[in-house]
Amino acid sequence: MAKNKSLGRWLISGPPLLYLLIFFAIPTLIMAFAAFRFPGDYGGLLPFIDINPESGKNELLIHAGNWQEFLTFENFSRFFEDTIYVELFIKSFWYAGITTLVCLCMSYPLAWLIARSPKKYRDLLILLVILPFWSNFLIRVYAWMIILGPQGYFAMTINQGLALVGIAPIQLMYSHFAVIVVLVYVHLPFMVLPLYANLEKHDVALLDAAQDLGASGWRRFWKITWPLSLPGVWAGSALVFIPALGMFAVPDLLGGTDGMMIGNLIKQQFLDSRDWPFGSVLSIMLTLAVLMMAGLGMMIGRGRQRNAL
Amino acid sequence: MHSKQSKWLWAAAIFVYGFLYVPLIIVVAYSFNDSKLNAEWVGFTFKWYGLLLHNEQMLVAARNSLIIAVVTSCCATVLGTLAGLAMHKYKLRILPILVLTPIAIPEILMGVALLIFFVMLNMTLGLVSVTLAHIAFCIGFVAIVVRSRLQGMDEALVEAARDLGASPIQAFRLVTMPLIMPGIIAGALMAFTLSIDDFVITFFTAGAGASTLPLQIYSMIRIAVTPEVNAISTLLMLLTLTLILIASKVAPSALRAK
Repeated sequence: MAKNKSLGRWLISGPPLLYLLIFFAIPTLIMAFAAFRFPGDYGGLLPFIDINPESGKNELLIHAGNWQEFLTFENFSRFFEDTIYVELFIKSFWYAGITTLVCLCMSYPLAWLIARSPKKYRDLLILLVILPFWSNFLIRVYAWMIILGPQGYFAMTINQGLALVGIAPIQLMYSHFAVIVVLVYVHLPFMVLPLYANLEKHDVALLDAAQDLGASGWRRFWKITWPLSLPGVWAGSALVFIPALGMFAVPDLLGGTDGMMIGNLIKQQFLDSRDWPFGSVLSIMLTLAVLMMAGLGMMIGRGRQRNAL
Repeated sequence: MHSKQSKWLWAAAIFVYGFLYVPLIIVVAYSFNDSKLNAEWVGFTFKWYGLLLHNEQMLVAARNSLIIAVVTSCCATVLGTLAGLAMHKYKLRILPILVLTPIAIPEILMGVALLIFFVMLNMTLGLVSVTLAHIAFCIGFVAIVVRSRLQGMDEALVEAARDLGASPIQAFRLVTMPLIMPGIIAGALMAFTLSIDDFVITFFTAGAGASTLPLQIYSMIRIAVTPEVNAISTLLMLLTLTLILIASKVAPSALRAK
């Protein structure tokens, strides 16, 4: 019987496990390994298995004795030698951070309002937030290319307004502003949903009690609603910050020359200059950054929750 | 709630809804505009939709996208349902990590890892590599939907079936399966939309061989803004909307899962 049970267990969990091992875990490990390797003769990656010049056979060329010829820390030292890479990471953190903050400021009132509206409307109001999110990501970016483009009504109106007060026309496209607006636009629902899920569970009686005891509106918010909503705030922030950090299409289409982020550099290393080992180093650094932020978020979230209680 | 406060809240909410919808409405509106520029409104036309039908590259891309999405949806639904069942039934350590990390990390990481992997295996990048990659990231979404459906299921029903003499397989086929069917269908639709919409992972795993709709749109909007893109965007939005309507009929709860 016990044997039968473990057989069933393997039959059910085996196929997805195997698939994800092959097409997710192993590729990720190979990428981690590639960071310590050299680029190939024609770009890409030097093969792990190659024809051994002595025997003429296909062989794995790494042995215990000669590992220094096959593994290197050069790619990592290159990352830290030139400050431009670290600066690019800082800039990407900055972009993702502002995006998260703007998303939070826009989502909080909306999530609160939906959570306090009559029950029968809540699902509809939330659906209205998710719906645009189901349209293709590139379409949502493209929409802003129309709006911010120099011929769009929005850009023209702003520039006409500026002309009235005597300021030279500005370019909205290909700027930091454009990148952040679009990053906010594509990530907004990620913030609204966890905030709403949290705020919906709040006990309104707490606010009434505080009011009876004479607390003002702001005081009630900062002393009750805000601390209680922190788990939602942290969850939403992680859901916005992490994908925003790795974004490459938005800066690529709207960022212009100085709007680059880590994602663009990774893309460049893999597809344009074809230096895969260095590209892998950048990917590992991005992974570490994501893990660090996720860990930090969890720690702060837990600490704050304890303080709030 | 004070009325003054709620007025501000409503203003903020309306602003956010406007922020979400106005850009998409603009895309749809300009798809009917009789001008090559997405600027001034000139007149109503179906011209751009007609041009789409004669755009060979676009049609090939649409066909590729459809093939990839159908195959991905089928495979990811089977594997994802199994994963959801396994995660619900057993205490597993490795599977949940493998299922959930692809969803949690930036897409670009999975894209480049798979690019290295496929090239190392000497695989020609194209429809096959894209489909394999899509299945890998869709499994997690299907698994989550199916698992949440299983968590809402009454375990006693399966036990009753077993007590009445059904074999484990019969109990699954006759009791569990029909009960979680809405979750499975919702998962399949979700995998389909995720696959047809995916840009980042496709971008890295498609090579020069296979273009998909998002890749085609990307290469078009990189060069210039043209109303043909508005037309294809409008059609894609219609398709997604239809799928969501179906999903909301089958499993209303699944819509929230993404």
